[in-house]
Amino acid sequence: MAKTKVIEIEPVTRVEGHGKVSIHLDDHNNVREARLHIVEFRGFERFIRGRPYWEVPVIVQRLCGICPASHQLAASKAMDVIVGAKKLTPTADKIRRLMNYGQIMQSHVLHFFHLCSPDLLFGFDADPEIRNVFGIIKKMPDLAVQGVMMRKYGQEIIRATSGKKIHGTGSVPGGVNKNLSVEERDSFLKDIGQMKKWALGALSLARNYTLEHMDTVQEFAAFNSSHLSLVREDGALDLYHGNLRAIDAGGNIIFDQVDYKKFNDYIMEEVRSWSYNKFPFIKSRGHIDGWYRVGPLSRMNTVGFIDTPEAQKALEEFKGLTKGKPNHMSLAYHWARMIEVLHCVEKIEELLHDPDLQGTDLLVKGDRAEEGIGVVEAPRGTLFHHYRVNEDDQVTYCNLIVSSTSNNEAMNRAVTKVAHDHISGKPKITEAMLNHVEVAVRAYDPCLSCATHALGQMPLVIEMYDLHGSLLQRKGKGV
Amino acid sequence: MSSPLPKILFIGYGNPGRLDDGLGPALAARIDALSLKGMTVEADYQLGIENAFDVSQHDVVIFADAAVSGKAPFFFQEIHPQSPLSLGSHSVSPGAVLFFAERLFQSRARAYVLGIRGYEFNGYDERLSERAGKNLEEAFQFVKKLVQSGNMDPAAETAELSRKTETLKETIP
Repeated sequence: MAKTKVIEIEPVTRVEGHGKVSIHLDDHNNVREARLHIVEFRGFERFIRGRPYWEVPVIVQRLCGICPASHQLAASKAMDVIVGAKKLTPTADKIRRLMNYGQIMQSHVLHFFHLCSPDLLFGFDADPEIRNVFGIIKKMPDLAVQGVMMRKYGQEIIRATSGKKIHGTGSVPGGVNKNLSVEERDSFLKDIGQMKKWALGALSLARNYTLEHMDTVQEFAAFNSSHLSLVREDGALDLYHGNLRAIDAGGNIIFDQVDYKKFNDYIMEEVRSWSYNKFPFIKSRGHIDGWYRVGPLSRMNTVGFIDTPEAQKALEEFKGLTKGKPNHMSLAYHWARMIEVLHCVEKIEELLHDPDLQGTDLLVKGDRAEEGIGVVEAPRGTLFHHYRVNEDDQVTYCNLIVSSTSNNEAMNRAVTKVAHDHISGKPKITEAMLNHVEVAVRAYDPCLSCATHALGQMPLVIEMYDLHGSLLQRKGKGV
Repeated sequence: MSSPLPKILFIGYGNPGRLDDGLGPALAARIDALSLKGMTVEADYQLGIENAFDVSQHDVVIFADAAVSGKAPFFFQEIHPQSPLSLGSHSVSPGAVLFFAERLFQSRARAYVLGIRGYEFNGYDERLSERAGKNLEEAFQFVKKLVQSGNMDPAAETAELSRKTETLKETIP
C-alpha cells in the first residue's frame, strides 16, 4: 500500500477567519486528494437570533470588514419585506444601487491591482521576491497608485451613501435615511472621468493577459460547471436586484427568472464533515452534480447583455472568446472582474447625473411580514440573507449563503486540478508549484471570513509534513 | 512668527462588534467630538492600502488600535515605514501603510501607534469591558493633551505615561 504525505496551505489569522488547503501525496508525489478546508466556526446566525429586526442591517456588517456594504444591502432587502416595503422610492433604490457599485468597484480593484496583478504581470513562476505588490510598485508605480485611488473612490461612495465607514446606517428597512447632497455628488463627478480612464486601462490589462496567455488560461483550473446569478427581467446584468438564473455547463437554462424569495425551492446546502463551510447545490440536479459557480465569471456567463456601452462592448468580446458558450476558465475571473469595474464606473456616472439622488422621499412601509429574504450580487457573487421575525420584532431565524460558500466546490475542484497538473509526480515540490495552488484559489477572491461568518484576514502559510508529522517545508504569506 | 499647526490624521480602527476590538473606533469617536483644529479623524474596521493616500495628505498620523497584550492602559510609540511580507485584502499594518504612503505618494509624515490595552475579544457584542473602558479614558486624555499642546513630540509625555501605567497596575488585579 502506498504511503501518503500531506502538504498543507494554512492561513494563519490574527484573531479570526481560518482555512487551509491540504494536498495528499503518495510516495511518488502523485496527488491523491486536495481540499480547501474551512476550519473555524463563529455561529453568527445563532448570535443574531433575538435581536430586533431593525438592527440587522447594521449588525451584519460585523460579518466582514471587506464587504459590510454588501451585507448591509442584502439584510436591508430582507427587512424591506418584513416592513412591507414592496417598492422603494426612486431615491432609496438609487442610493442603494450607488452604494453597491461603490462596493464592487473598490473590492475588485484591490484584488486586481494589488493581489493578483503580480502573478499576471510577472508570472506564476517568477521569483517570489519580485512577484508581489512591491514588485508592482517598483516596476509599475502608476498602476499601484491607480489601484489605491480607485479603491478610495469606491470607499468614499460607500461612506457617502452609508453614512459612515463603520456600521453604516444609510440603508434601513424600507429604504434609506439619507440622500446624496449636491456637494457630495459634485466631488464624485470631479473624478469620474479619471476613474473611467483607469477602469478602461485595467480592463485592457486583464483582457490582454487572457488573450496573450490562452494556452495557460484555457487549461489552468479550468473545468465545466453550472453558473448562477441575479439577472434583470430583460436578462441584463443587475448587481443590486433581479431574479435568479442558473445555466448548465453548456449554457442551457436550468431555471430562469426565479423570484429570489423562493430560492429555498431551488437551492439546498450540504454539510461535509471536514469543513465548516457548507456546499450549496441546485436541488433539481442533486448534490453530486448540482454545484455551481458564482461571481464575476458566472455573471458574464448568465447575463444576456450589459446596459452600459463600454462594458457591453467588453462583454461581447469576452463572450466571443468561447463563441457565446459559458466560459469555464478560472483565470477568466480577472477579465470578468474588470468588465464589472468598468460597468460600475459607468453606472456611478449615470446615477450621479440623476436628480433622484437628491430626493427627500426616502422610506416606505406596508403590511408587516414574518419572513424576509434579500439577495444582492456582492463582489464575489450572489449573497443570500434569509430571516424570520416574531411578533415582538425579534429575529428567530437567520441563514446566510455567502458567495465564497457557493464557490466552495469550485475552489476545491480548482485546487485539485492545479495540484494534479502542477505538483503530481514531480520529484521536488517548489515554491512556484505551491504558488500555482494559491493562484487558483486567488482567482475566486474568496473571503473565508465571510464564509465562516467571522471578521478576519486570509494570509497563507504553506506547510509540508512527512508521514510522521514532521515539518518538511514552510512558505509564509502575510503572517 | 509661529509655525503653522501640523495637519494631524487620527485613525482609530477595529471592529466595534467584537468587544474590546472596538477600542480604536471608540477613541476616534471621542476625539472627533472635540473638533480639534487641524485634525482629521477617521474610523474603520481595519487599515487598508488606500489609507496611504490619506497619510500623505498629513504631517502627523496617529494609528489607534486595541492591543491584545502589552502595557496598560496604553502604549504610544513612533513608527516608521515597514515593508510587509505581503499584502492581504483584509488588513495592512500601520508600518505598511506608511511604506505605501512613502513609496506611492512621497509622504514624509511622522507616525505613531497608540495601542490601547483590551481584554475581551472573543465574542459578538458592541461593548467594551470595564477595564478596557478605563484604558480608553486614559488614552483619550493623553491624546487630547498631546494634540492641544501643539507639540507632537511625545517625549514630554513619557514620564507621565509611565506613572499612569504603574498606577493602573496597582488598581487592576
